[in-house]
Amino acid sequence: MLLYALRRFGLALLILIVAVTVMFLMIRAVPGDPVQIMLGPRATPELQARLTAELALDQPVWKQLVIFYGNLLQGDLGIDVFSGRSVTDIVFQQLPHTLWLILGSIIWSATLGIGLGAYAAAHPNTLIDRVTAAISVSFVAAPAFVVALLSLLVFAVHLQWFPAIGAGEGFWDRLNHLVLPAFAIGLSWVGYIARLVRASMLEVMGESHIRTARAFGINERRVVMVYALRIAILPVVTVIGVGMGFLLSSAVFAEIVFARPGLGKLVIDSITTRNYPIVMGSVLISTGLFVVSTALADLINAWLDPRARTAN
Amino acid sequence: MTKSRSELGQIIHGVARDPLGLMGLIIVGTIVFCAVFAVWIVPYDPVAMNIKDRLQGPSAAHVLGTDQLGRDTFSRVVMGGQVALKVALPAVFGAMAIGLTLGMIAGYGPKWLDNLLMLFFDTIRSFPTVMFALAVVALVGPSLQTVVVVVMATSIPTYGRVARTQTLTLRNSEFILAERSMGASMKRILGVHMLPNIVGVLAVLAAMDIPTVIALEAGLSFLGLGVKPPTPSWGALLKDGYSLIRQTPWLVVGGGLPIILATLGFTFLGESLRDVVDPKLRKQR
Repeated sequence: MLLYALRRFGLALLILIVAVTVMFLMIRAVPGDPVQIMLGPRATPELQARLTAELALDQPVWKQLVIFYGNLLQGDLGIDVFSGRSVTDIVFQQLPHTLWLILGSIIWSATLGIGLGAYAAAHPNTLIDRVTAAISVSFVAAPAFVVALLSLLVFAVHLQWFPAIGAGEGFWDRLNHLVLPAFAIGLSWVGYIARLVRASMLEVMGESHIRTARAFGINERRVVMVYALRIAILPVVTVIGVGMGFLLSSAVFAEIVFARPGLGKLVIDSITTRNYPIVMGSVLISTGLFVVSTALADLINAWLDPRARTAN
Repeated sequence: MTKSRSELGQIIHGVARDPLGLMGLIIVGTIVFCAVFAVWIVPYDPVAMNIKDRLQGPSAAHVLGTDQLGRDTFSRVVMGGQVALKVALPAVFGAMAIGLTLGMIAGYGPKWLDNLLMLFFDTIRSFPTVMFALAVVALVGPSLQTVVVVVMATSIPTYGRVARTQTLTLRNSEFILAERSMGASMKRILGVHMLPNIVGVLAVLAAMDIPTVIALEAGLSFLGLGVKPPTPSWGALLKDGYSLIRQTPWLVVGGGLPIILATLGFTFLGESLRDVVDPKLRKQR
């Protein structure tokens, strides 16, 4: 297990290094003077000279890369040239908003999805099972930002049940502001998780420990809820870890639609003002988050199911 | 050729027998039909402005109303389908071709090349798609081509991994070993013997991938980072609708429903195709 963990994190580290390098080279590969591009229309000779020295652009590319990694290891993603604040500070200030949104979406969609999936598996091939399956497919098919827009239209603008803009102040107000965006992000996950749990539940129900539990005369409800479901929800953990990238992507749209603060809003605002250090910093942080959560999901999976440790 | 055509006929027949598959076929067929014949279907020029009739609700003249520039929403929705397919089809087929080639090389080639390609796939997958797209658009600037390239790059690993797994399983099968012992070249083994066995699975994957691509194109256009303004993309419709959500809900509905319908159609079709094409499931029938 330790060996597997080391190997898996080694791979994660390698991927991160390649990804960061690719991104670094991408910025450098853009035709034109990088300082000019970064500063855009606001380039003054003093600013240009300062940034050139700061980014060590007068050095050869490999040396720039070494300096870049040196700074990165110290948690330094550069300075926002316009506000003079550190990019790391700016990104980490926005990150919690996005993480709460993602957490909220996971909690409601996993709860409902597991419930639906378990119910469908306990009553296979009944009308309810089929209806759940059809609804699941339809939910999976709904892109988060379209759901966000339509729910904004219906629940915020027309019915005015929930606020349309912002993140709110204080616990209950924040929660109230979280409802619609979390609904939009989570909706497609409900169906996905329901189908996953149904499939894994049906598999688990055929295993011998369930037969044994039934033979002992334990009532069916307890067999399903306690003995089968406990094992059947394991794949959900992996899927959520691997799905972190999708959740982040959906969060970007939800934040724009509901005008919430967060990583997505930060990136989009930075693109429109052509503030490249912040764009790159946000992409780096979110990529790191995604790589780590995928690795964690694999580890949890390997810890729960020893067979996964040897597979590739 | 006749053999493969009858096989194709069998697959279509199989899909049409499944109610969800039939629904998928109908929806996808309608979208493709509208996209191909868009020029004859639209009642108005989708980019022609008519300030006098701006922000109208649905009426006999304008089925889905008009936007802030007086453009007919229905015409823009129909034309938007054409834009969506113009992005989705090249992106999906491009990604499939590249992923297939790289995946087969990874599965059949030497171990070090396999490791290298897998690292390449894993790296691309490690960027959250939208974040990656945003980074590229920020650097290169928004355009239809940028969207196609970004979408293609992000979906290559999916095809590559599946093609690799398929190649690995086929690699030691008897007919490949026989061919190899007779001295067939790698090109012949991969092109003539492996390819037909892999392409079916990838086609299913492609059908299920199209909705993701359509949604990504619409999403980028919604953020103002996809196709450029006068072009009637579904995402651009949503962008206009979002800023005018209190005045005219028709734009959001007109841009949102086709995306959901297209996604549903291709997903149904893909799932049904998978059931028909997957040999294991076919034997059970």
